[in-house]
Amino acid sequence: MATYHEAMTEQLRRVNALGRWQKAVAVILLFLLPFFLGELLTALGSVLPLDFFHSGDRYMFRVLDQAGIYVLLALGLNIVVGYAGLLDLGYVAFYAVGAYTYALLASPQLGLHLPFWLILPIAPLIAATFGVLLGAPTLRLRGDYLAIVTLGFGEMIRILLNNLDVLTNGPRGINNIDSPKFISFDPTTLLPVTTLTDPKQFYYVILVLVLGAIFFISRIQNSRIGRAWAAIREDEDVARAMGINTTTLKLLAFAMGASTAGFGGVIFSGLQGFVSPESFILLESILILSMVVLGGMGSIPGVVLGAIILTVLPEVLREFAVYRMAVFGLGLTIMMLVRPEGIWPSKVRKRELHSADTESGPGELLAGETEARIQLQGTATPLVESQQGQGG
Amino acid sequence: MLEILLKLLPQQLVNGITIGAVYALIALGYTMVYGVLQLINFAHGELFMLGAMVAVFLLAALSISGPVGFGLLVGVLLLLFITSMAFSATLGVTIERLAYRPLRHAGRLSPLLSALGVSIFLQNATMVVVGPQPHFLQDSQHEILPTVAVPFFGLVLTNKQVITLVVATVLMVGLHWLVNYTLFGMAVRAVAEDKDAASLMGIDVDRIISMVFVIGPALGAAAGILFALQFNVALWNMGFIAGLKAFTAAVLGGIGNIPGAMLGGLLLGVLETVGAGYLPIITNGAIGPEYKDIFAFLILILVLVFRPTGLLGERVAR
Repeated sequence: MATYHEAMTEQLRRVNALGRWQKAVAVILLFLLPFFLGELLTALGSVLPLDFFHSGDRYMFRVLDQAGIYVLLALGLNIVVGYAGLLDLGYVAFYAVGAYTYALLASPQLGLHLPFWLILPIAPLIAATFGVLLGAPTLRLRGDYLAIVTLGFGEMIRILLNNLDVLTNGPRGINNIDSPKFISFDPTTLLPVTTLTDPKQFYYVILVLVLGAIFFISRIQNSRIGRAWAAIREDEDVARAMGINTTTLKLLAFAMGASTAGFGGVIFSGLQGFVSPESFILLESILILSMVVLGGMGSIPGVVLGAIILTVLPEVLREFAVYRMAVFGLGLTIMMLVRPEGIWPSKVRKRELHSADTESGPGELLAGETEARIQLQGTATPLVESQQGQGG
Repeated sequence: MLEILLKLLPQQLVNGITIGAVYALIALGYTMVYGVLQLINFAHGELFMLGAMVAVFLLAALSISGPVGFGLLVGVLLLLFITSMAFSATLGVTIERLAYRPLRHAGRLSPLLSALGVSIFLQNATMVVVGPQPHFLQDSQHEILPTVAVPFFGLVLTNKQVITLVVATVLMVGLHWLVNYTLFGMAVRAVAEDKDAASLMGIDVDRIISMVFVIGPALGAAAGILFALQFNVALWNMGFIAGLKAFTAAVLGGIGNIPGAMLGGLLLGVLETVGAGYLPIITNGAIGPEYKDIFAFLILILVLVFRPTGLLGERVAR
C-alpha cells in the first residue's frame, strides 16, 4: 500500500482543518471584503437592530484592523500555550514591548523618526529577547507556578512602563506616533507619492502580514520543531528522555510567541498613533488567552476565529458596554464547563478533553494522549503491510 | 542614614505585620483550596472584596451616626463579621459547586480559566451593582469607630490596627486548632494529601471540599472587613491586587501549607512596608513607593526560582 512518507502526509492533511480550496476561497473573500462590507453591514443591520451596523466606514475598518492585530497576538500565544503547553499569563508584556519600541523610535518622544518598515522586522527581535529573558527563569516551574510568574512579569513590565516617566512618559503615554508611509502612485501625474496609511489601507497591510504569519506558523507546527513541542506538551520528562532539548525548545516557543506579539505591537502603535500602559493590563493577557482557548487551543483556524469573535463581538454590542466584562467572565466560565476544547478545536484536543478521566501528574497542565501516538497508530498498518509485502 | 532607618524600623514592622495579617488571612483561603484541589482560586480575591463591600453597605444600612458605647460597638462589629463571612462562605460554596466541581477531572487549564471567568464576572457584576466609585466604611457623619492612638512600648498603634491584629490572631489560632486538633481537620488534611485514599477511608471528599470553600472565603471576608476598617474604603477591583499578593504570600510560605500561608502573609506585609518605607530614603527618592507592587512580584519570582517549594515546604497531593 502506501509508503511511510505518504501515510504520514495523509495523516497530517487530515489533522489540518481546512482543505486547500476552502483556504483559497477564504483568502480571496478577505481581500475583497472592503468592497462589499457596506452592503453586508446594511443587510445585517436590517436583521439585528444594533447601532454597530450603522457606524461609519472608518470605524468599521478600525475594528477589522484591531481584530487583525489580535489574530496575530492569538497566533503567537497559541505557540506558547497551544503548541508548547506553557501557560503564559503575562503575554501582553511582549505586545507592550513591540508597541513601545515603535513608539519610542518613531515619535517626538526621543526625537527619532525611523521608518515603520524598518522597525517592523527589528522590534520582533527585541521582543524575542525579552521572551527569552522572561522565559529563562520559568523553565523549571510547574504549570500553575509558571502561570503566576508570567503573570507577575507581565505586571512588572506594565508597572515599569507606567513609572519610568523619563523614557515612556508614564501614564500619559506617548502621543503623535508616526503613521507608516506608503509609496503609491499619484493617478494623474504617475509620480511616486508618499501617503499616510488610513484604516482601509491598514486593513490590507494587516491582512497580508497575518496571512504571512499564519503560513509561517503552520509550517512550524508541521515540522520537527512543532512535533518536539507537542512531545514536550504531552510529557516533558519523556520528551527529554527521547533526546529533545526541552530548554532550547521552550525558550524558542517563548521567543517565537514574543516576537509575534512584538510584531503586532508595532502595527498597533502605527495604527493607533498613541500608546499608554493602560492598553497592556493583565486583562488583555487574559483576553488573548481566552481567544486561544475559546477558539480552540493548538488549532490555527480556531485561534483566528476566537480572536475575531472576541474583538468584533464587544464592538457589535458596544451599547451594552457596562455589562460587557461581566458577560465575558460568565461566558468564559460557561465555555469551560460546556465546551472546553473551544469552537474549532484540533481533533487531538477534543479527544483529550472528552476522553475518560486521566489523572494529571505533577508536571502536566494538559492531560491526554500523545499526538505522536495517534499519528503512529495511523501509520502502523501500512508499515506492517509493506513489510509483509516485501517479505511475502 | 542607618540611624534613621533603625529608628523607623519598629513602626514599620508594626505596620507591616498589620497589613501582613490581612494578607495572611486571604492567603489561608488560597492555600487551603490549592491544598485540596490543586486549583488557584482566582475568584478568592473577589470574595475578599465582597466581604468588605457587604460590611460597608450593612453599616450604612444601620445608619449609626457618631461614636457609640463599647457594648454596642462590639455588637455591630460582630454583626458585620458574621454577615460578611456568611455571605462570602455561601458564595464560595456556590462557586465551587457550579464552576469548579464539574471540572474536577478536566486537567488543570479548564478549572483555572473557569476561576478566571468567575473572578472577572464577580468584579464586574459588583461594579455594575454598586458603581465604580469607592465606597467608604465611615465618613464624617457616620463614624462609629474613630481612629484612636494606642501607645504601646514607645510605639504608636491605632485602635484599628489593634483590632486587626487581635481578630486575625484569633482566627488564625482558631484555624490551626480546627485543622490540627479536630477530626474534621484530620479529614481536611487527608483529602489534601490524597483524595482517592481519603474517600476509600470513608471520608466524604465532596463535603470536605465544600467545607474548605466555607472556611477559606469566610477568612477572606474577615480580611476584607479588617481592610475596610483600616483603609476605610471598598472598591470593586480591590480584590485583584490583594488576591495576587496573598497568593504570593501563600507560595512564599509553601503552597498548601497552612502555617506557611500565615508566615508568608506576615513576611510579605513586612517586606512590602519596609521596602516601601526604606527605598525612597535609600535611593534618595529615585525609587518611590509606587514600586511597592513590583516588590511583591520580585519576591515571588525569587522564591520560585531559588526555593520553589516555599519557605516551609509545600503540601500538595502527590
